[in-house]
Amino acid sequence: GELWCSTQADILEQGAFPEVTTGNQSSKPTSLERKPSPAEYRFILPEFLPDPKVEWRNKIREKLERADMLKRRKIIDIPEFYVGSILAVTVSDPHAPGKMSRFLGLCTERGGCGLRAYFVLRNVIDGQGVEVMYEMYNPTIQSVEVIRLEKRLDENLRYLRDCPSEFSTFPQDMEHEILPPGSTVPLNTLKVPLTARTWSQKWQYWNLKGVEPHTMQLEYWQKKKYIKTQLSGNVPKLAPWHKYELMEEYRSSIPEEEQVEMYSEVLTELGDRLMKEGRTRRRRTLVRPRKTA
Amino acid sequence: MLKQHLGSLVSSCLPRFLRVGLNPPSSSGRRWFHASTPALHIMRMTRLRVVDNSELGKQAMLEGKPPKCIGIYKRVQIGNTGDRIIVAIKGQKKKAVIVGCKGKLIKPLVPRFDTNNIVLVDEDNTPLGTRILAPIPHSLRAKGEYSKLIAIATRFV
Repeated sequence: GELWCSTQADILEQGAFPEVTTGNQSSKPTSLERKPSPAEYRFILPEFLPDPKVEWRNKIREKLERADMLKRRKIIDIPEFYVGSILAVTVSDPHAPGKMSRFLGLCTERGGCGLRAYFVLRNVIDGQGVEVMYEMYNPTIQSVEVIRLEKRLDENLRYLRDCPSEFSTFPQDMEHEILPPGSTVPLNTLKVPLTARTWSQKWQYWNLKGVEPHTMQLEYWQKKKYIKTQLSGNVPKLAPWHKYELMEEYRSSIPEEEQVEMYSEVLTELGDRLMKEGRTRRRRTLVRPRKTA
Repeated sequence: MLKQHLGSLVSSCLPRFLRVGLNPPSSSGRRWFHASTPALHIMRMTRLRVVDNSELGKQAMLEGKPPKCIGIYKRVQIGNTGDRIIVAIKGQKKKAVIVGCKGKLIKPLVPRFDTNNIVLVDEDNTPLGTRILAPIPHSLRAKGEYSKLIAIATRFV
């Protein structure tokens, strides 16, 4: 995956859509007619891309979903975040005192397409590990704040369940860490040690980069078995020829032309908003409409 | 941290170092028992973690003999947060309320805990301890019968 990605504000402020291959940067002023580069937007707003599985695709449904998502984004500010960022979500909860409950945590994973897009926050409270899943377009969510914006070496941090608790602990009253304007998303190259086995999943097979390698070592007979599984091709992703599978890659991604089309729609709706908002910005919260008379 | 294993009967026959969760040294020639993935449900035979400061609960957790679920007050014998269950703890039968589950993250806004937590209670849902030491989900407030539990809770999620 891409380790470098500039902010949505950068792209529009500088008027630059740097080509990933050539690295060109133009100094033209921002304009709404300018097409967004999929190389940028597919990382910033990944939930706008539908599931690449052909049987599940329906262009009309996707268009309607995108319209609904953009409507929701006009009411509430869903900021740019990545797996490894620290978020605080305020949700309206009928059972909580004050009818609102706030939870701060590290974004461990992120997924889903369209209105079903979700993310998971993890934190350790009073020594107890807690994870909560939030659907991004859930109307009961009052606000989503990014406390610390950063990326990690892995797309999925579920292995933190099998790590010492200090790597998942963040105080609930943490202050917002504001980045200087025009900066890129920092990459946290932290390598976390796993606890002694048994683990909840076989992390040694997940190609984890954000884990201390000496805590993941296999016994000699486990290594033999792993190599055997790879060479047999029974598990497709592990097979050595998998990286040459072009059709596999085609089937698991959305073509660039469609991405450009989708994101240009997004840009025309959200364009002004994205230009005004930088990383150093205010948090928008939902204002409850009041009954008059 | 409690680990759930389907072959709980098997694990009781294994030597102590295997139960604790370490791999045997390669030189010993012993193999690690490969069990199928554990069912992330609270059902009969599930070992649980007592999260209040009752004497009975503290003693049981210290000794390394955690309470075991032996019955669930539901038609479907699968326990979730907020269900009442019977546990076998230190040779006694006690009622308990599940306050945290280690199940998969399926439902949004429902918190998932790293351990299966219970609070020991009486017949009329009066807790045996005076404080609950782990965070509890807000959803327990929905059932009026757990008001005494809520009163002794320290933190909510």
